[in-house]
Amino acid sequence: MSKSIVSMTVNGRTVSAEAESRTLLIHYLRENLNLTGPHIGCETSHCGACTVDIDGKSAKSCTIFAVQAEGAQVLTIEGMAGADGKLHALQEAFRETHGLQCGFCTPGMIVRAHRLLLENPNPSEAEIRMGISGNLCRCTGYQNIVKAIQYAAAKINGVEVKEAAE
Amino acid sequence: MIPGVFDYHRPASLSDAIGLLSRLDSDARVIAGGHSLIPMMKLRLASPSHLVDLAAIAELKGARVEAGEVVIGAMVTQHEAIGSELLAAHAPILRETAAVISDPQVRYMGTIGGNVANGDPGNDMPAVMMALGASYVLRGQGGERRVAARDYYQGAYTTAALPGEILTAIRFPAPPAGHGYAYEKLKRKVGDYATAAAAAILTVSGGRIATCSIGLTNVAETALFADAAARAVVGGALDKASLARASAAAEAIADPAADGRGSAEYRKKMAGVMTARALSRAFARATA
Repeated sequence: MSKSIVSMTVNGRTVSAEAESRTLLIHYLRENLNLTGPHIGCETSHCGACTVDIDGKSAKSCTIFAVQAEGAQVLTIEGMAGADGKLHALQEAFRETHGLQCGFCTPGMIVRAHRLLLENPNPSEAEIRMGISGNLCRCTGYQNIVKAIQYAAAKINGVEVKEAAE
Repeated sequence: MIPGVFDYHRPASLSDAIGLLSRLDSDARVIAGGHSLIPMMKLRLASPSHLVDLAAIAELKGARVEAGEVVIGAMVTQHEAIGSELLAAHAPILRETAAVISDPQVRYMGTIGGNVANGDPGNDMPAVMMALGASYVLRGQGGERRVAARDYYQGAYTTAALPGEILTAIRFPAPPAGHGYAYEKLKRKVGDYATAAAAAILTVSGGRIATCSIGLTNVAETALFADAAARAVVGGALDKASLARASAAAEAIADPAADGRGSAEYRKKMAGVMTARALSRAFARATA
């Protein structure tokens, strides 16, 4: 077995843990670091539930070895809220616009949407739909997820946000 | 879905990577974005004893124009290709093609070099590189050589690259300003491989097609250079008759397997339909 100490920065914190070369990043995050926000959905690079941000890229952590992320800056859903517990605009938006039902896809959706809005702060509806096309949701039909991302974009851009539908 | 055991290497230079490959077991593999190789390792269809990661090698990154030739480093990702103004200015077909490869997360990781190197007939860039007349730069212990994209693919996952060689860059003559281009991909959903796809590059002079080249994706064991389909439209304007000739020529060389995307007959037919659509759109762009 080729084990080594793998170190990276996750949600602003420097972390180190022993891992085999073949350990996938999703397993490193969930089992070594106990960060169970990123989910294992399909484990075949399709569903996007395991999406995290690595050095400014949205990536499926089931399709990356932890050793490949050595030295990287990683962001998971656990790193989205402020230190004071204040929800990120996207988290608030998903709550306010009912952007989730079972919630399984939500951590990946939010982390992906975060990168999308950093790259394109004013996406059109079509751009949002293409932007989240690597994340599957089997509950919502995506409609309220799109609304949530629009809500968050408006909030981040300082536009007054309408109260969510009752 | 746990891959087999392997040793991981992340060399900082190309010469280190080539040195490693020559010293390690013959089943050592290079890994670029890993989005073809890691899924295969998880399925144990691939069990390399060593992985040589190209991610830290600066000389494999970036794209540039050198004496009229576009040079793309093997580690340029699909996401970077979409965002590259240089590539959009010189070979906009690359942006159009990269945008229909898989999904955003995969495009952040997946590289152009990996897409052309591994010989998967479902990959989209090989047909485009055939249409562009690209060459692949291969470097190994014995030095560097170039292989034309049109000669590189020998069968599914079988290529002209020798053991120990690394595909370091892709080079092609920049198509002339005002050229027409299109990549037409029929797929069932985001993330799917093509049912059939066609890449067309052409130039128009005085209303007639002066030059044309066509590549086909996922309708045979390898990407196909559809020479006869291109010749069928050169010399005239694009009309119903020449489009029909080009479609028929594309169908004639397509030899797809039946799969979840459709029967062999259907996919063969779609090779012709995608060819006609790509030619029509490329022609419209060149004459706009």
